[in-house]
Amino acid sequence: MDRRQFLAACGIGAGGVLLPGFGQAIAAEQLVETMDVAVKKRLADAALTAAKAAGATYCDVRVGRYLRQFILTREANVQGVTNTESSGVGVRVIAGGAWGFAATNNMSPESVAQTARLAVAIAKANAKNQTAPVQLAPTKGVGEVKWATPIRRNGMEVSLQEKVDLLMRVNGAALKAGANFVNSSLFLINEQKYFASSDGSYIDQDIHRVWAPFTVTAIDKATGKFRSREGLSAPMGMGYEYLDPKAEDKVLSPNGIISYNKSYDMVEDAQAAAVQAREKLTAKSVKPGRYDLVLDPNHLGLTIHESIGHPLELDRVLGYEANYAGTSFATLDKREQRFQYGNEIVNIVADKLQPGSLGAVGYDDEGIKTKSWPLIKDGKLVDYQATRDQAHILGKTESDGCSYADSWSTVQFQRMPNVSLQPGKKPLSLADMIGNVENGIYILGRGSFSIDQQRYNAQFGGTLFYEIKDGKITQPLEDVAYQMRTPEFWNACSAICDERDYRLFGSFFDGKGQPSQVSAVSHGSSTTRFDGINVINTARSLG
Amino acid sequence: MGIMTEAEAKTILDKVLKFSTADECTAQLTGSIEGNIRFALNNVSTSGVVSDTNLGVSVAFGRRVGTSSTNDFSDASLARAVKRAEELARLAPENPEFIPAVEKQVYKPSSTFSAATAAITPEQRADIAMASIAPCRSKSLIAAGFLNDEQSFVAFANSKGAFGYQRSTEMDYTCTVRTADGRGSGWVARNLQDSTPFKPASDIEIAMRKASASAEAQALEPGKYTVILEPAAASGLISFMFNFFDARAADEGRSFLSKKGGGNKLGEQVYDPRVSFISDPWHPDLAVLPWDGSGRAREKMAMVENGKIANLMYSPYWAQKQGKKVVGRPGNIIMSGGTKSTADLVRETERGILVTRTWYIRMVDPQTVLLTGLTRDGTFYIENGQLKYPVKNFRFNESPVIMLNNIDDLGRPVRVSEGGGMKYMIPPMRVRDFTFTSLSDAV
Repeated sequence: MDRRQFLAACGIGAGGVLLPGFGQAIAAEQLVETMDVAVKKRLADAALTAAKAAGATYCDVRVGRYLRQFILTREANVQGVTNTESSGVGVRVIAGGAWGFAATNNMSPESVAQTARLAVAIAKANAKNQTAPVQLAPTKGVGEVKWATPIRRNGMEVSLQEKVDLLMRVNGAALKAGANFVNSSLFLINEQKYFASSDGSYIDQDIHRVWAPFTVTAIDKATGKFRSREGLSAPMGMGYEYLDPKAEDKVLSPNGIISYNKSYDMVEDAQAAAVQAREKLTAKSVKPGRYDLVLDPNHLGLTIHESIGHPLELDRVLGYEANYAGTSFATLDKREQRFQYGNEIVNIVADKLQPGSLGAVGYDDEGIKTKSWPLIKDGKLVDYQATRDQAHILGKTESDGCSYADSWSTVQFQRMPNVSLQPGKKPLSLADMIGNVENGIYILGRGSFSIDQQRYNAQFGGTLFYEIKDGKITQPLEDVAYQMRTPEFWNACSAICDERDYRLFGSFFDGKGQPSQVSAVSHGSSTTRFDGINVINTARSLG
Repeated sequence: MGIMTEAEAKTILDKVLKFSTADECTAQLTGSIEGNIRFALNNVSTSGVVSDTNLGVSVAFGRRVGTSSTNDFSDASLARAVKRAEELARLAPENPEFIPAVEKQVYKPSSTFSAATAAITPEQRADIAMASIAPCRSKSLIAAGFLNDEQSFVAFANSKGAFGYQRSTEMDYTCTVRTADGRGSGWVARNLQDSTPFKPASDIEIAMRKASASAEAQALEPGKYTVILEPAAASGLISFMFNFFDARAADEGRSFLSKKGGGNKLGEQVYDPRVSFISDPWHPDLAVLPWDGSGRAREKMAMVENGKIANLMYSPYWAQKQGKKVVGRPGNIIMSGGTKSTADLVRETERGILVTRTWYIRMVDPQTVLLTGLTRDGTFYIENGQLKYPVKNFRFNESPVIMLNNIDDLGRPVRVSEGGGMKYMIPPMRVRDFTFTSLSDAV
């Protein structure tokens, strides 16, 4: 699901009866309520007992309360405020060696037990055509534990007025600085998830995410040209403190572009966006050819996501996503051969631990304690992302903790953890990196992105483009997109800034599966250089 | 609960309207029963049925609007939902773009329901999956697919006397077949309101044939080619373009339909004169509800007539502001064509490339609707009316606006699935000078 589809799902702007896309509309006060953990345990036990009695050899139960608040504005208008809650129980079992799943929004022990029995019946029906029984990697129950996103300020407790005031200041700053139009939004998500399994785990988690995107548009009426500049924030696994800007979290490029790390000055960025959107109207159109690209973390994150994160999802590699998202070029034999995925300075690590990241949780949706592990080491492919029932395929004795479901009502499956490029080991600042480039382009922010169904051929745009000549940033560019073949691109990686420049990029609504589910994931990196990449000019004329 | 009868729905909606003390109240009941089955690696992977019913309530005090929803239809719950919406409305800021609820409307029913589709059982879904898998197993091919079928109802009423009720059905089937060595891939898709003519056993043959025939793909140089786009391949670009038919964006100067110096391109020649699109809620093969999300009656209307922009998509607010007639927002788009099949178009092609499916389409430049994406699951070189050999997949960078100015021939329109709210019928088409910018190694 992309943002356009998401807005359509929410009914925003439909002008009709506003039905939330994700559950029931509730009052803002209800967003701060929580469910008694004793009640959740009682429901979980009802399911575990019923599933066992019905013949399940394994059962897990997810009692979920999913809360969302979305605020959408344009210029001086609040277009919509949506508060939603979706609560219910999902029960997954193994019976006869096959999976079965059922879910209910009726939160009574009787209904949950009945749902567990239904899940067992489905598993037994599926077992008839199963060619090999499910093999779960062993895991020990963790007993009764808790985990919460370490937030300093719960966004759900911040008054609506304060949030609307912020967005109005953002819009005002953009308009004052020369924007013709501005759309700004705030998305807050809280997943209150309780997981229990027949292994003896009872895990209560409280997970928070925040995203504050905007788009500023400048128009030249005489020529009919228009250009937009999106915000340079990242969606984060943080509370409202992300929107309380701190000077130490700002990163200044040699040409004065401000990027952000662990906090975000949305008003300042909107003001800069208006100036830069207008600048884009008259920027030089890029000359196609080979360039050395200097990619900011807020841009490179999406390239990592598409060209490394997705191809190393084990279910894709095996063919389970063949009809929709596709398969992967990074087949299992390539791991055996230690395939040279990238230059030897490229080290890619998967994790669900990084503070502030969208993927950070204490335990995944199979109750596995989360961890960090290498995917690409010194440029060579060494591992994939696996769940409990996939670990044996890789010869592993434990899951990687990559299971996730976007709702209590959907079945959990393998989803991407944070996948990050490790900072360069040698000291290297952004200014020094740019200083070494003779003929290049510096790219910041996300833009158009597209990649084939095996993750070979990709094309990426961006938000801001600057020409680099003989070590100096000379002028803004427009109409830039680069085309790449994944292994060649990562082998063309020639320099990575050190850890001082390391920042997180985020994907808030990453879609996968049929029916499609969304997940949120971060990608960390420092500014990185790629040599001799094919850049095309995207300007066209409609006559 | 899933599906309610008209009488059941009306009883609930009438209660909601009676509970409300607001200046105006609109209530909408929606319900669906959705079944699906997913298979991969020649095995069923997941299957399920989801049933859902929901009530949305929207009230207004002056220009202050509040909404709420519930799936509990007891009198006490209905009263609570109305009360909550009214409380929210009193707290809400005034909406400067507020448009009052629609007056009582007359809706001419459209044929959106099929008893056959509504009656699909879990056993039938399993049979469809096996009808796809079994022939693949026997030929050492590998099938992965998805079937989704849905029956639904919508009922709405407001305090001005408007009321509508209608049931709908839809089924959507896709299957990708790959050769065991991963060197060939084919695809078939079928989107129907009435499942009766659906024959998975013959449809799967198409995907199997394309998978086997595409295994020895040759590389052609990227560049401009004559292409035959199957309906699903063309609709990926065309449906994307219609997302940008919004009148307000055009009037504001931020659309490909904005005019230099201000205003929009309504009435201007934007496409080849053979290009026409209409919206028709009563189309026999693509019926949609006769009202839109706000309850306004839809009309049959031309969107593009002989290449000229005949209509844009107006929100009620923008239509009123611009002095336009406020009509229901279109729910479908039907492109005109001829009677030829894709095979007929291939037979009449001297040299060209057949594209089965387009994939991962994204906007590159909204100024020109330049889109990028890739071909997938069956790309073949055509010479003298014959498919000569499979070719490696391409990345394209092309604008549907330019593409629809380079039309060579159009075939018979068929239903295609594009997700989202809008439904499409698109013909297969032969297009000159379609821009492929690089090769992809993906199969």
